[in-house]
Amino acid sequence: MLSFDFDYYRPKTLQEAVGLFQNADRNGKKPMYISGATELLTLGRINLAFTEAAIDLKDIVEGNVMQFEQGYLVIGANLTLTKIEEANLFPLLTNTSSNIADHTARGKITLGGNICGQIFYREAVLPFLLADSQVVIVGPEGVTVKPLNEIFNEQLILKKGEFLIQVATDDRYIHAPFISIKRRQQWETGYPLITVAALKIDGEVRTAFSGLCPFPFRSKKMEAALNNHELSVKARIQSALAEVPSPILNDVEGSSEYRLFVLQNLLEDVLGAFD
Amino acid sequence: MKLHTINLNINDQVRTVTVRTGDTLLYTIREKLGLTGAKPGCLNGDCGACTINVDGWPMKSCLMMAVEGQGKQIKTIEGLGNTLIQQAFVEHFAFQCGYCTPGFIMNCHSLILKKPDADDSTIKEWLESNICRCTSYIEIETAVKSALEKNKHHSN
Amino acid sequence: MNMEVIGKSVIRKEAQEKVTGRALYTHDYHSTRKLSGRVVLSPYAHARITSIDTSNARKVTGVRAILTGENIALTGESMRDRPPLATDKVRYHGEAVVLVVADTPAQGDLAASLINIQYELLPVVHTPTQAFQNNAPLVHERLGEYKKEKDVYPVPGTNIAHHVKIRKGNVEKGLAESSVTVEAEYSFSPSDHAAMETRSSIAEIRPDGTIKIMTSSQAPFMVKQLIASYFNEDLGKIVVDTPLVGGAYGGKAAVQLELLAYLGSKAVGGLPVEIFNEREQDIIMSPCHIGLDAKVKIGADPNGIIKAMKIQFLWDGGAYSDKLIDLTRAGAVDCTGPYKVENVWCDSYGMYTNHTYATPFRGFSHSELSFAIERTVDLLAKKLQIDPLELRYRNAIKPGHTTPTRVLLNQSNVGNLQECIEKLRKLIRWEEGQVKEINERLVRVKGISCSWKTSTIDPNAPSGVILTFNRDGSINLMSGVVEIGTGTKTVLAQILAEKMKMNVEKIHVRMKVDTQTTPEHWKTVASRGIYMAGRALLEAADDVIAQLKNIASIVLRAPTEDLEVANSRVFIKDNPRIGVDFKEICYGYQYPNGNSIGGQIIGRGNFILRHLTYLDPETGEGNPGPEWTVAAYGVEVEFDRRDLTYRLIRAASVIDIGIVLNEKAALGQVMGAMSMGLSFAGRETFYYDELGQVLNPQLRTYRPLRYGENPEYLVDFVYTPDLQAAYGARGVGEHGLLGMPGALGNALSLAANVSLHHLPLTPELIWKTKAGKV
Ligand SMILES: Cc1cc2nc3c(=O)[nH]c(=O)nc-3n(C[C@H](O)[C@H](O)[C@H](O)COP(=O)(O)OP(=O)(O)OC[C@H]3O[C@@H](n4cnc5c(N)ncnc54)[C@H](O)[C@@H]3O)c2cc1C
Ligand code: FES
Ligand code: FES
Repeated sequence: MLSFDFDYYRPKTLQEAVGLFQNADRNGKKPMYISGATELLTLGRINLAFTEAAIDLKDIVEGNVMQFEQGYLVIGANLTLTKIEEANLFPLLTNTSSNIADHTARGKITLGGNICGQIFYREAVLPFLLADSQVVIVGPEGVTVKPLNEIFNEQLILKKGEFLIQVATDDRYIHAPFISIKRRQQWETGYPLITVAALKIDGEVRTAFSGLCPFPFRSKKMEAALNNHELSVKARIQSALAEVPSPILNDVEGSSEYRLFVLQNLLEDVLGAFD
Repeated sequence: MKLHTINLNINDQVRTVTVRTGDTLLYTIREKLGLTGAKPGCLNGDCGACTINVDGWPMKSCLMMAVEGQGKQIKTIEGLGNTLIQQAFVEHFAFQCGYCTPGFIMNCHSLILKKPDADDSTIKEWLESNICRCTSYIEIETAVKSALEKNKHHSN
Repeated sequence: MNMEVIGKSVIRKEAQEKVTGRALYTHDYHSTRKLSGRVVLSPYAHARITSIDTSNARKVTGVRAILTGENIALTGESMRDRPPLATDKVRYHGEAVVLVVADTPAQGDLAASLINIQYELLPVVHTPTQAFQNNAPLVHERLGEYKKEKDVYPVPGTNIAHHVKIRKGNVEKGLAESSVTVEAEYSFSPSDHAAMETRSSIAEIRPDGTIKIMTSSQAPFMVKQLIASYFNEDLGKIVVDTPLVGGAYGGKAAVQLELLAYLGSKAVGGLPVEIFNEREQDIIMSPCHIGLDAKVKIGADPNGIIKAMKIQFLWDGGAYSDKLIDLTRAGAVDCTGPYKVENVWCDSYGMYTNHTYATPFRGFSHSELSFAIERTVDLLAKKLQIDPLELRYRNAIKPGHTTPTRVLLNQSNVGNLQECIEKLRKLIRWEEGQVKEINERLVRVKGISCSWKTSTIDPNAPSGVILTFNRDGSINLMSGVVEIGTGTKTVLAQILAEKMKMNVEKIHVRMKVDTQTTPEHWKTVASRGIYMAGRALLEAADDVIAQLKNIASIVLRAPTEDLEVANSRVFIKDNPRIGVDFKEICYGYQYPNGNSIGGQIIGRGNFILRHLTYLDPETGEGNPGPEWTVAAYGVEVEFDRRDLTYRLIRAASVIDIGIVLNEKAALGQVMGAMSMGLSFAGRETFYYDELGQVLNPQLRTYRPLRYGENPEYLVDFVYTPDLQAAYGARGVGEHGLLGMPGALGNALSLAANVSLHHLPLTPELIWKTKAGKV
């Protein structure tokens, strides 16, 4: 339960949503798009999130699609993670997503909410980073399609009033061999200590991480190191480790030193999987 | 205060209730509708004690605003009538203090409905959404498996 | 013994309520008049409060009262060192500072967020070892001035809240005579009980001065007593109700929210005020599971026979002494573990730190001390190259031996540990070896441990039972034991059914406790429910039987000695057809002409433990508890030698239970306790930052074991009756837990080939230990 009050809107169209946002913003209401609302509820109750106007995107049809169109898999941002997993159109996504939170919570958490969330793991973005997906963004300037890797830098960079409505992924990547491993502090539940998602395309391994740094990322430098076939596997891993962006997380899930130890083994498993 | 009067379809009845936008469904069904079967354990989506069913799927009612519940078929433990899973919980001692029980039962109830052929890994995937601090989980495992089994016989 | 009802898995009396969602817990009781009390918590672990500004908060609609700590009596069970709301300074992150009473929780929260408190940071005491140092900052500057009970030994000018000494034999001589010694240090931080029902209390003061409290507690009678004594209220005017409790594990034995609810109600003219802990508040404000720093030294002869043990416990009691005093003592009296040791020196210190204060955790100091002792026993086995199970067998405590406090053990007051060890050996297939290679990376490894435990309870702790009849001859059973999930009330019904030889369905137990009409049961802790209430119940049953026979002897014109009671009838022994049903006599017998004799039958029984004593302050000599339950444990893990991760494969407990009263309930208790023990051993702890703030106060980051992470459980029992107990039953609610940290620690130390000395046993700990970083 939230102790603050806010207006709640349920727009049916993209334009309506944007209009509501702009209007509320003009009135100084700190508007917020929501889809699953789980962050609003859980961070709001401990005063880490606030709004006076919540614009719930769930009813917008474009955000609820999940289909192949012209060689692309298009997934709506409003879909819950369990819906996406049930359909299982993108196995790497299913695999990565099904380790987020827990099954019941994933029935409420949405793809858009996870990718755009404040909670910095945003694990569902990893497969799309690997697959060079396109994101469909809606905002005051209309609908734009952009390569995810261009506008994702630690988080999805959106301008005021913009929201994510769809993610489109080239069929080629959907069928590429992949592996995804979530390592936790202990056993099988909880936030990631490190989550790695990887796929192999055109003979090259791609890797993306969550939980290693306070943001999810894909690093071209790490990939270059991992794909340097002149080196032994061990040496490739060592040079990839040297390219990990900073800061490396050092928190209750694990120290940064320990994360590096774990990462090294994970990379061994990733490379091993594609041999 | 921003109050909204909304209709919620709960346990096959339409209930009219006045809520704040910031009220969770959990708070609303407990404090406004007197359905205290769903329990607050964390209010943060972590424990599953507040689990109910929404359109047949398990839902943590602390992760849902009451205003989001409009137009949905909501079922709480009070809406179950001596189901196989409830009987199995009794028979297999799948509860001790009972506080996690309504949430577990609602999750299991959905599981039986949606995945009547659930294998071990599906059962685990679903049930790790709830915490039971008293039992060893083995009792719950036995209960849910026996209910799934009986359900198959019933539906055949 | 040939028994009809005892031992059967009788379905729990509250089962239907619990699976239909109709079972009511404290926070489920609704009344529109209930106000909400919200607490402002300290963000710092140690800081001086320089100002509190509540002016903006007071303007919020719905706010009825705002309370701060001045002029409120100090509280604390054994020593009065705790202000219910902090005054002058805060001593832990999460300490209650201001109480806001408002019409709704949302209004209360809003007001709470507008209260401005200024603090000046003070140096933080992070660990009991730091607290023990000479120059440590003081948590309590005025320790010497607190009111306390006579057997509490604080050391003013230090952080020592209590010190218990055990001096048995001559430890230096024992060590000198030993051919091998091992010595090691252990430590772990406080953690949490994490009952699924967070704590909550509602208080109201009626116009006639009656103080009504409803609370989620293991100790409703204690609540009554303490409120009367802290605030000078009339004992008889305080009525405490406890409905079903959603898990407790010791965490609900302390009295805290009740005081805030009472103070809140008093501030608003007696209206009902509820304090409901949200999870974060439950974790950091309400008392937690104690931490420990321990040093253990064991000396033995070449055959591994233990000659001496020298032990130091520094308990992390947190900011206040409340239950720390008892915990410090409980750890001392069983300090050696279940072994025969002639020469014992133990200093058990209850230390103040800037952590949340501690309250018992299932096992009352024993799972904690067992980790230190059992790891050291394994070190001894390793050094001597003796099989660790065999080493324990050789040293196992037996009748004729004495405990650290010099209680002479006999066939009844201690269970049979050697038999537990023998059964464990088979159960976990010890003969197949401790280590089994699976492949290059994976290895399966077994670790073992043993435990014992007596319940250090107040020497005069009472338990009472009242039995009344319904006109259909069925019986109502009233006991002050709280139903916290252990099924105790169902077991009591079984005991009564067995004794009366009647159908258990005809026995109705009162689930709720209310201190005005339920006879007192000291506290529902320490696995003492069945032990004490069981005895009281047997006495009450005898009382009822005597009364039934008295009337029946008139009706049947036969001497009482010729009568027997069974199947809800009194009848003539050698001619059972001549008899009379309970329903014809339990409310008096009426002759055909209307004349009546007898009257309503009410049975009463009580029990008080015999021969318990305080401990001698210099030597620790004394009788702390009624009996020692013993147990042996095994844990098997599958360990990954590259990743240093592991899975729990199997966990086993063999407990000398005396007798099984309800099979499924007993198994449930043992397996549930093991689950909790593994969770504590493997994952649960508070993480603190440099300011002493708890970094993981939510279940998302404080993570009890989940479905599927659990191992397979193996449970077996040994049956050595306790002659003082009802049907010989020993306490068993805690014992499954006690050996888990030790057994898991032993398995992993062997698997990883490194000696592990801390909890929780995470892969990172193993990695750090191997890398020499701890
Ligand atoms: C119990 C639990 C466990 C969790 N464990 C994990 C975990 O293991 N790994 C992990 O990665 N995460 C985890 N999370 C975090 C969770 O995935 C995020 O909180 C998720 O982002 C919330 O999704 P939502 O749909 O509810 O978002 P909302 O609450 O609706 O929104 C979250 C944020 O995203 C913004 N937003 C939502 N939709 C859009 C959109 N379409 N376009 C632009 N911005 C948008 C909102 O403005 C808001 O700031 C966990 C959460 C819970 C409750
Ligand atoms: S109360 Fe909803 S998940 Fe815990
Ligand atoms: S029965 Fe107590 S938490 Fe599950």
